[in-house]
Amino acid sequence: MARKITYQQAINEALDQEMSRDPSVIIMGEDVAGGEGSPGENDAWGGVLGVTKGLYAKHPGRVLDTPISESGYVGAAVGAACNGLRPVAELMFIDFMGVCFDQIFNQAAKFKYMFGGKAKTPVVIRAMYGAGFRAAAQHSQCLYNVFTHIPGLKVVIPSNPYDAKGLLIQSIRDNDPVIFLEHKALYTMEGDVPAESYIVPFGEAAVVQEGDDVTIVAMGRMVHYAKEAAGNLRKKGIQCEIIDPRTTSPLDTDTILESVERTGRLVVVDESNPRCSMASDISSFVAQEAFGALKAPIQMVTAPHVPVPFAASLEDLYIPSPARIEEAVMKVKEYR
Amino acid sequence: MTSPLNREALLQAYRTMRTIRDFEERVHVDFATGEIPGFVHLYAGEEASATGICMHLNRNDYIASTHRGHGHCIAKGVDPVGMMAEIWGKATGTCKGKGGSMHIADLEVGMLGANGIVGGGGPLICGTALASKIRGENNVGVCFFGDGASNQGTIFEAMNLASVWKLPVIFVAENNGYAEATSSTFSVAVENIADRASAFGMPGVIVDGFDFFAVYEAAGEAIKRAREGGGPTLLEVKLSRYYGHFEGDQQTYRAPGEVQKLRETKDCLMQFAKRVTSRGELTMADIEAIDREVKTMIDDSVVKAKSDPLPPPEALMADVYISY
Repeated sequence: MARKITYQQAINEALDQEMSRDPSVIIMGEDVAGGEGSPGENDAWGGVLGVTKGLYAKHPGRVLDTPISESGYVGAAVGAACNGLRPVAELMFIDFMGVCFDQIFNQAAKFKYMFGGKAKTPVVIRAMYGAGFRAAAQHSQCLYNVFTHIPGLKVVIPSNPYDAKGLLIQSIRDNDPVIFLEHKALYTMEGDVPAESYIVPFGEAAVVQEGDDVTIVAMGRMVHYAKEAAGNLRKKGIQCEIIDPRTTSPLDTDTILESVERTGRLVVVDESNPRCSMASDISSFVAQEAFGALKAPIQMVTAPHVPVPFAASLEDLYIPSPARIEEAVMKVKEYR
Repeated sequence: MTSPLNREALLQAYRTMRTIRDFEERVHVDFATGEIPGFVHLYAGEEASATGICMHLNRNDYIASTHRGHGHCIAKGVDPVGMMAEIWGKATGTCKGKGGSMHIADLEVGMLGANGIVGGGGPLICGTALASKIRGENNVGVCFFGDGASNQGTIFEAMNLASVWKLPVIFVAENNGYAEATSSTFSVAVENIADRASAFGMPGVIVDGFDFFAVYEAAGEAIKRAREGGGPTLLEVKLSRYYGHFEGDQQTYRAPGEVQKLRETKDCLMQFAKRVTSRGELTMADIEAIDREVKTMIDDSVVKAKSDPLPPPEALMADVYISY
């Protein structure tokens, strides 16, 4: 039975259902309960934005507040995964990977290969990402491209409540390390979500809307900006096909290539910085695999190569906008 | 004082230490020929530490190790024949030739890996211990690290986390005096690494790493406390390595004759043999029988490693993910 809940509620529900189903699932992170050892409420926050609120009481002993010590507890989650648990560690802001990256990319990501296939590290690292909250350079980055670069990691970036729930359940059940990234601007987004448990498989892009003129690949919050742009373009008689990869590792290249081979035109929309980004990566493989089908040079719509600025006037300029997406689509459509 | 160990345990202790020593001496010789690929960091001289600690552990206890991990692996029960093949980069190695000396791991026997990252193991071992604790088991985790790693934030974070979560972890600082080429008297801001324990609310214990029995006893207490829910301990084992940071290190930073003197006066195998034979707990014949048995095993492991196949091309793409 589907009913409308928010992206945030969908994530909470996925965690709750998986913790009920499987006693090896635990949650840890800074203030995931909020209040451990304090004189007041022990579940005061339920995560800094309340995403894990209520789980502490429902799953006693399995929702663990940690010190502000990201290497310590992210590494502990990785170690616990090696010893039979399915930990979900919350890193709060993805920017904090800077203080624990070793435990993710040198440890978790490498064990399976480096140990000759004999390790299993079913850990999930959740974090919020993305600009738009005037949170400036150290609390606003995307960074999914950084993780996507690392063999051994899987990277998930749901753009809506339905995908958030199904992809998180898949992440927890998955036997490889998963980086699960939640866009801050999407937490309050409502959508139809089944009450029962379900999975959305990795490596299967969603065709958000069909169209024969231009392919737009967009991810995370940018899916919604692409839809807005496509709505305006439809009035001009241009039909856009929008593809949401949903996971950047594994990446569903087939769906993207099939679409580009039909439309001959590609715009990639990515909120992160442009160099070595998902946008440049997708552009690159399409140029290699479908060059003959292209009727126009590929366009990338990304943030500029600068840190995320604080002032509203600058941050609004930083984030790719529906208007910029429209411009890029017009450019590929009008080329020759 | 009589030894707390029976004959069987004494034989096992000596066999383990002798296996580590011969393994390392042999790798030292073979590395010099240029046949062994990559980097190796030898544990020779430190055998009493890994052995005295791991003799208290069972298969369900985990250890996390270091660059200098061969000794920890052997003491925890990883097959030396597979290890030798791994060091030679062969398909028959512990990690199918894809890890090498710095990444030997065998989760089946609770060996969470030698680690190419200094201080990498601290947080990981907190995790294995947390899993045991949550499941209500009494298994422990031991994190071996060096004086170099003793200055890493990961180790501080791990000690704090282990203490606030009351995890059954023993942090073993193997202080061999040098982090690569830099003396611990320069790089560690306190006199003893164990002095840092109080900052994390746990006992700090210093032990002579040349004395197997001292290590065995100190580790026994810390591990017993951890198993009984008493929380973590920081155990500083003061010892020395007989070879360089890595093979090829000319060690010009060391005092002339430093290693030779240690070998002649403090060597852990020598002290062990002297003690158990002088007390009549083992005979020289017992010792020599183990020496012969281990030598043959190590020799055979090298013959096998040399003739074993290299990983086939298809192994390049295998085992990145469980499913992808």
